[in-house]
Amino acid sequence: MKRSSKAGAGAAKAMEILAALSRIHGAPDMVKIGSVQVSGVSYNNIGEHGLAFLEEWASMGSKAVVPATMNPGGADRRIWKSLGFPPAFVRKQERVIKALEGLGIKPTLTCTPYHVGVTPQYGEHVAWAESSAVCFANSVLGARTNREGGPSAIAAALTGLTPRHTLHTDEGRLPTRIIEVKCPVPTAADAGALGYLIGRLVASDKGGGIPFITGTQPPTGPERLTWLKALGAGMAASGSVGLYHLEGVTPEAVAHRAKLVTAAKQKSVIKSLAASRKALDCGKGDLDVVAVGCPHASFEDLTRILKLLNGRKIKVPFWIFLAEQVRKQAEATGVAKALEQCGAALVADTCIVVAPLKELGIHTLATDSAKAAFYLPSHHGASVYFGSLEENVEAALRGSWKKI
Amino acid sequence: MEKNLKGRLIFSGTAAGKVLKSELPLGLFGHLDPKTGMYREAGHPLDGKCVKGRVLVFPRAKGSTVGSYILYALRKSGKAPVAMLLSECDTIVAVGAIISSIPTVDSMDITALQDGAMVRIKGEEVILGSR
Repeated sequence: MKRSSKAGAGAAKAMEILAALSRIHGAPDMVKIGSVQVSGVSYNNIGEHGLAFLEEWASMGSKAVVPATMNPGGADRRIWKSLGFPPAFVRKQERVIKALEGLGIKPTLTCTPYHVGVTPQYGEHVAWAESSAVCFANSVLGARTNREGGPSAIAAALTGLTPRHTLHTDEGRLPTRIIEVKCPVPTAADAGALGYLIGRLVASDKGGGIPFITGTQPPTGPERLTWLKALGAGMAASGSVGLYHLEGVTPEAVAHRAKLVTAAKQKSVIKSLAASRKALDCGKGDLDVVAVGCPHASFEDLTRILKLLNGRKIKVPFWIFLAEQVRKQAEATGVAKALEQCGAALVADTCIVVAPLKELGIHTLATDSAKAAFYLPSHHGASVYFGSLEENVEAALRGSWKKI
Repeated sequence: MEKNLKGRLIFSGTAAGKVLKSELPLGLFGHLDPKTGMYREAGHPLDGKCVKGRVLVFPRAKGSTVGSYILYALRKSGKAPVAMLLSECDTIVAVGAIISSIPTVDSMDITALQDGAMVRIKGEEVILGSR
């Protein structure tokens, strides 16, 4: 009896949040959602107050009524000790995860729910929070989600609803600007650098901007998704883009090309990525770690890294961030063992952006992620080298970054 | 003499208190100390002022999305403002107001609200000059 009234309290709080957000955004009603992805999981980001809030909400007994997953936390739950994560931090992180599990959210601890079996359909409404995941769901899958925050995503999970506005509506998905790309974008790192540039170009457009990109295509084969993922992650970080259209590639750009092109009122041309790469590649001094897998690596990314390493031993720590479920797949297929024999570490449940870098003694690092290169200097005071996956593998093998 | 203002309801409640007003946006995370209720930002009009028990009036918030949790922490430490009146409320402040049960109204013409004035909040209504 007592439990059921308590359960109502958690969901009632959730409805209150959603109703206020509806009013703020002028949403006419709520839409039913297929899944939720919750951000604000790392103790490094939310701190003591965030933890206290989540524990209180969990104590009200309400549970998610739709499939809900968690963004990365601050530590690898299995091998934190050998990686040097402080025990006190790990204990706090476990409390955050426990509170969220209490709310019925699955501890997938990844920014790539689509690599662990949560793949929304075209047109499906969802409530996702992590910015690169939002961009991937909207753009690559053609699902519909706004950029949720931690509490608003939890509120959506407890009710199965989210306010109908902005990216949930046809009108809210029209592009604000045509971006014509006139330079080659061969690698995923280049796609990230392009995304970084686009995010800045559209930042002052209405609602943070929606680009319609022409003149470039992802590579074919397994690198395709990695490239699209990096493109979205870059613009979601430097701007607040939740959706991009890529001519001939993303599903809405294919289905509604004429309508979208007419809607875009402005146009920008990108002739070179040199300035973007230069802004992201500001590393100085000796490398503490090479970090790839931002957003989290796919199984295909792992096999590609294995090929690049070609049995050679690395000289500085080489961390590949990924979802635990993908790590298990790598373990089952022998890929993990082969990577570890080269000295690489598969790090799950966390990522380079939300881990407590200072406490890990990481000051200088290399990455192939424009998103990581954008955030790390401001969030962690870190010095970052930025380049392609190939350049990162070379740096790990050499033990230092080589400027080209 | 009483004068009534109306805004848009973010979190409903009744409250009364003295206005603490900032003409500039407030940064919740990193500036507002949840233990003391003190605002700290060099050069900011609220630098060194305490929000506890005050009707906090400001145009909008700025900065990190973790800001919602700062309002929650202020409530827990007993240092929360009694109400918030804003020009423009974003998701961060709205969520913070709800999870901390702080009566909040936005879409307000804050020029009518002077620092130090006594006001009463009743739902979406703001009554000036009342004791």
